[in-house]
Formats: sequence, structure tokens, C-alpha cells
Amino acid sequence: MSQNTKSYYLPGPSFWPLIASIALFLLAGGFSMVLNKIALGKPLMIAGGLTLAYLLFGWFSEVVKESVNKFYNKQVDKSFRWGMGWFIFSEVMFFFGFFGALFYARNVSLPWLADTHGLTGAHMLWQNFTAAWPSAGPSLKLEGAMKPWGLPAINTLLLLTSGVTLTWAHWGLMKNKRKQIIIGLALTIALGATFLYLQYTEYSEAAFTIKSGIYGATFYMLTGFHGLHVTMGAIMLTIILIRVLKGHFDSHDHFGFEAVAWYWHFVDVVWLFLFIFVYWL
Amino acid sequence: MSTTTATHHDDHAHDSHGHPTGLMRWVKSTNHKDIGTMYLWFSFTMFLFAGALAMLIRLELFQPGLQFFKPEVFNQLTTLHGLIMIFGAIMPAFVGFANWQVPLMIGAPDMAFPRLNNMSFWLLIPAAILLLSSFFVPGGAAAGGWTMYPPLSVQGGMSVDMSIFALHILGVSSIVGSINIITTIFNMRAPGMTLMKMPMFVWTWLITAYLLIAAMPVLAGALTMLITDRHFGTHFFNAAGGGDPVLFQHVFWFFGHPEVYIMILPAFGILSTIIPTFARKPLFGYASMVYATAAIAVLSFVVWAHHMFTTGMPVAGQLFFMYSTMLISIPTGVKVFNWLATMWKGSMTFETPMLFAVAVVFLFTIGGFSGLVCAILPVDIQLQDTYYVVAHFHYVLFSGAAMSIMGGVYYWIPKWTGHMYDETLGKWHFWLTTIAFNVTFFPMHFTGLAGMPRRVPDYSQQFAEFNMISSLGAFALGLAQLLFLYVVIKCIRGGAKATNQVWEGAHGLEWTVASPAPFHTFETPPVFK
Repeated sequence: MSQNTKSYYLPGPSFWPLIASIALFLLAGGFSMVLNKIALGKPLMIAGGLTLAYLLFGWFSEVVKESVNKFYNKQVDKSFRWGMGWFIFSEVMFFFGFFGALFYARNVSLPWLADTHGLTGAHMLWQNFTAAWPSAGPSLKLEGAMKPWGLPAINTLLLLTSGVTLTWAHWGLMKNKRKQIIIGLALTIALGATFLYLQYTEYSEAAFTIKSGIYGATFYMLTGFHGLHVTMGAIMLTIILIRVLKGHFDSHDHFGFEAVAWYWHFVDVVWLFLFIFVYWL
Repeated sequence: MSTTTATHHDDHAHDSHGHPTGLMRWVKSTNHKDIGTMYLWFSFTMFLFAGALAMLIRLELFQPGLQFFKPEVFNQLTTLHGLIMIFGAIMPAFVGFANWQVPLMIGAPDMAFPRLNNMSFWLLIPAAILLLSSFFVPGGAAAGGWTMYPPLSVQGGMSVDMSIFALHILGVSSIVGSINIITTIFNMRAPGMTLMKMPMFVWTWLITAYLLIAAMPVLAGALTMLITDRHFGTHFFNAAGGGDPVLFQHVFWFFGHPEVYIMILPAFGILSTIIPTFARKPLFGYASMVYATAAIAVLSFVVWAHHMFTTGMPVAGQLFFMYSTMLISIPTGVKVFNWLATMWKGSMTFETPMLFAVAVVFLFTIGGFSGLVCAILPVDIQLQDTYYVVAHFHYVLFSGAAMSIMGGVYYWIPKWTGHMYDETLGKWHFWLTTIAFNVTFFPMHFTGLAGMPRRVPDYSQQFAEFNMISSLGAFALGLAQLLFLYVVIKCIRGGAKATNQVWEGAHGLEWTVASPAPFHTFETPPVFK
């Protein structure tokens, strides 16, 4: 492979894209079958999941190898920055869709169902229904909506602190203070894991489910996808910690670290919106 | 320039850039030209398949009464025709153009992320398999229309799940592809090519990619809510639980309207490339063209509810969306007038690409005007879900997007294959397509205004003549595309040798490399003046 760092690194032919396609095909096809109670679905999904794990491990290993062997020049580094930035923007838009659903339900569909403004005639259908949040709609009962100032507030503190420890680790990286990087990263991962544990506790103690009307649906969809992102972020941070231990980064060449840090901060900001709009207001 | 790229090509023949041959050349490709070719062939295949579905639709509608298909099968045909044409034919065709042309036009050695580029392509295959095979599962393919509105899409069978996952995968493909294109454009331009010196096609794709990254995740969210409503007991789209089926329409069209511009902005880029070449004049009002494209992109996010005027939204909302929709005609008008001004007093010739470009300017404008008609609230309440809407969006999507793609293929195919296409057959293809297209879709304006509803396999006797005309036009339109296939294959297999310049009036870096373009180009960036 060309090791000329002057020119832009162009990788040779690769099998990984096809494997990605096979993995997603197995997962999507298998999930369609599972949802429709076809027995073949489960093994297909397992095969798809394993293929996906193999893909992620293999492809990222290859990229890490290229990075460690200094195949990437400044311009490639810049490409990664653009790429990661726009990827995070796409994630922002994904959450934006669900927040949009939440705002619509609270400000439009519930008042219409309760006929707050006397325009829709819906009070003929549901005479005693009033539009108050939280709500499970006119035909369902909602029990035990979340309160912000218990676990969620602690979780907010945990995630905000994890942002600080991560930045502290980054400072360590820039000053080549190895101990500071490792402690900072380990603390960040631990805070993330604690957050996830508390989310799990909150879910298991909740009196309502995802089936509890629009409140349950928006609550579990938003916090669930956020939790999934925290999980992915924690896995990514763990891999970065392993790479730090292996000595992959130096003070001016560590975009892998920065990319994961950006991602972690993004997940952090999403949580703040969740705390305000899902738990608090 | 062409000599330097040629020598570099030889230098690299013996290192890792030498590519495998046979099937592996395509499967493992990290070359933007090969991936572009795969995209274009995929798109063409899907175009012919979804076109065949359209033939079946027109066969059923040839006469009033039920002839060939049960109503539920008819609905499957219209649903899959729409889904496959949009996500399988038009979008991948434009990505194919972006792959081939963007690196060549900006003097980049390849796309910024060549492996991800190949992944974007290979993700199309599982999505296509899921969509096509959904015809054969119990209950048949999705039948609730390509927009997949609940409650129909919540009630449908397994095929709806398959379609949803297919769209999820296509979304991943589009997002990854768009990130790649944006990064390539921002980071890989030849020295000296500032943003405001970029070819117009590159500009339109830059903005399209931004639209894709902003809109596709919202579609993913809508589809995810659909899946949980279908299988996990959520009530997003169910009034009993405090949800609202109209919520889906809001989220869907927040994606869907930018999607409309995703399918037309690259077409504008192709027109802005072809017209100056054959008018032998620089593009009139380049800067205004850039700003108009950006304005269309921004406006596309604040007009979505004009698709939903009849859902019972408050008058204030209806008026807002009516006026914001009409605003779009201003930047679009800027573009149309710029193309006209480019042609004004030009030294014009009418080779096939130019014929397509001129026809698109004319026919797309008809589609734009009927769009304005639909934007007018009281009129739209009459026209909603009639054939007038079908006529409108086929004028923008077929004679806008698809015919621009055809023009673009004729324009660049000499650079791709090294051969000139058969000009006589190309012109035949153009005239057959244009005439048959208008025979098919122009009468739909009349049937629509008279009240014929879309997505229904049967109709009242009064619409019989116009429908028969439409069906005859559609069959001719379908057959004409087989001629297109023949011209393309003939051009690949041989023909007059194309020069590097190909077209007398063409400008830009892509015309400085050999025809066919060597496997690797611009490994050392050219200097752009």
C-alpha cells in the first residue's frame, strides 16, 4: 500500500461494503419475519447481528491500522472531521423527528381531541377528556408519569460530569499526560455506565409502558433511543481507552478520540433536551 | 493535463490501486467511476421495472371497469411504482452522476471515503430485494400508497414491514452517500477552485446532499414510529391513545418535501451544465443560480403541509403554507429565466442532450405552474387526490428529473465509454419520449380537474377517452425506453471515437482527461484557473 503521506490516501478494493450489505439484509429480513412470527426470522437476525459485529470489528480494525501506520495526511484528517460532523448532524435530525412528534402531540393533537377550542366537535366522542400533559389519550389510563427531580436529575448531573471528565482527559492527551487521559476516560465510561444503570432502574420501576398512550410512546421512544446512543458512546469510549493504552494517539494526532468526544457531547446535549421537555415541562 | 494523468495511471498499475478483475472489480470497488457505473445500471434496472408496473397500471385503466387486477393488486402496483421510481430509479441515478462527475469536475482523485461510497451502493441491493420480494409474501406488496399513511400502513401485512426496512436501509445509504459527497466537495477541490468557481452541477449536489442529511433521518423517525405502532403497541398515530394519524403526515412530509427538491436540484445542475455547452455561452447569472438553489433548499423545509391542506388544519396554518409554497416559485423562476438568458442569442445546436435540456425547461415549467395551481388553497381542496396531482408531479418528476437524467446520460456517456452515441437513435428516443410523455400525462390535467380520483382501478364512463389516450401514450413511453437501453448498450460496445473535449462548447476539468476517463484521474491535483 502506498505510504506516501503527501497524497490523499485512497484505500484499495475492500470486501467490507458487501459484508455491511449482507449484515443489514439479514437483520432487516430477519426482523420482518420475527415481527410476523416466522420461525426463520430469529436465526437470520442472529446471523445478521454476528455479521454486523464482525463487520464493525474488522472494518474499524483496518482503519485503525491505517491510522497507526500514518497513511492519513492532514487532508484525510479533515475529511474525517467533515464526515463525523455531518454524521452527528444526521443524528440531530433523527431526534428532531421524535421531538417534533412530542410537541405535536402536546400542542396540537391532545387539544384537538379534547376540543379545547370548541372547533373539532371531539367532545361529542369523549365528554370528560381534557388536554393535560402527561396524557395517554381519551381511551387509555396513564399511571405514574415521571417526575424530574429524582433519578432524572441525578442522571443529568452524571452526564454533565461525564462531559467534564472527558474534556479533562482530552486536556491530558494534548499535554501528553498519560495518567490523566486514562483516569479521565475511565471516569467518563463509569459515569456513562452508571447513567445506563439508573435508566434501567427507572424503566423497571415505571408504572407505565410504551403502550400507555402518547405519553408512554414518546417517553420510551425518546429516552430509549437516547439510551441506545449512550450505550454506543460508552462502547466507543471503551475502545478509545484500549487504543490509548496501546499508545495509538499523540498530542496532535488523535482524531479518533475527538470524534468519540464529539459524539459523547452530542448525546449529552440530547439528554438536556430530554430532561427539559420529556421529564420537566 | 491529460498527459500527466495518463502517466500517473501507469505508475499506479503495479501497486494496490491496480484493481481486481471480473466480478470482484465491482463487488470490492473503491473507484468512484466503477461505483458510479453500478449506481447508473441499478437505477436503469429499477426504472425499467417500475416502468413495467406503470404499464400494468395503465393496462388496467385502459377502459372503465375492472379488467385485469383486483383493486388491492392495483393498489400494490401504484404503491411500488412510486416507491421504486423515487428511491430506486431517480435518486440512485443522481448519485451515479455525482459519483462519476463530482470528482472529475473538481479535480479530485476520488471520493473522500471510497469504501463508504461502495457501501452506499451495495446497501441498495438488500433494499431492492426487500421491496421486490414483498410482492410474494402473504397479502402481497404494500398497498397504502408510497406515502404509507396510517391507518392503512398500520393495518397492512408483512410487506409493509419489508418496505419500511427497505426504506431504512435506503436512508442509511443516502446519508452515508451524502456525507461522502459533501466531504468530497468541501475538502477535495483542486487548488484554485473556490466555492464560487465550482461547476453548477457540483453546487446543486452539495445542497442536495445537505437536504438528504437533514431529511432522511426524519423519515427514519417516521418509519420507526410506524413500526412501533404496528407491532409494539405505541399510539403515535392512534387517537384513542392521544396520537393522531395526521402526525405521520407532518413528519413524513417534513421529509417528503425536501425529498422533492432532492430529486430536482441535481436535475437543475445537469441543465445548467448542458445548456451553456450547446448555447456556447457561459451560464447566465451563475451567482444568482447558486443563491436560488440555496433558497429553494431553505424554503423546502417550511412548505411541507401544502400536501395536507384537506386534513383539517387551522386556516392560519393553511395560509402560511400556501404563501411559503408560492415563494418557492421566485428562486425557481430565477433559474428558468437564467436558462433562457443563457440561450438568448447563443450559437445553439440541438444534439440529443440539448434537446432534452430544452424540453425539460419547457415541460418542467408546466409542472411548476401546475404546482402553483395546487398551492392555491381553495383550488387545492378541489384537486387533492385527483389526477391533476398525478399530472403535476409527473411533469416535475418525469419531464423534470427523469428527462434531465436522460439528457445527462447522452451528455456524459462519451466521456464514460469513449464512444459517441448514435445521434439519430438518440433523437428518435428524445422525440418518442417527449411526445409519448405528453400524450400520457397532459390528459390527466383534464381528468383531474373533472374530478377523477387517483389510486382507484375503476372510473366513471366520462373519463374513458382521456384514459385510453393516456394508456396508449404510456405504452409508447415505456417502449421508447427500450430504445434508450439499446442506444446505451450500442454506445458502450462501440461507435465513433470520442475526443477528450467531446462537445465544442464544453468547459470544465472533466473534459481535460481522456475519453473514456482513465481508471484513476487527478491523482496529482490539477491547477484550476
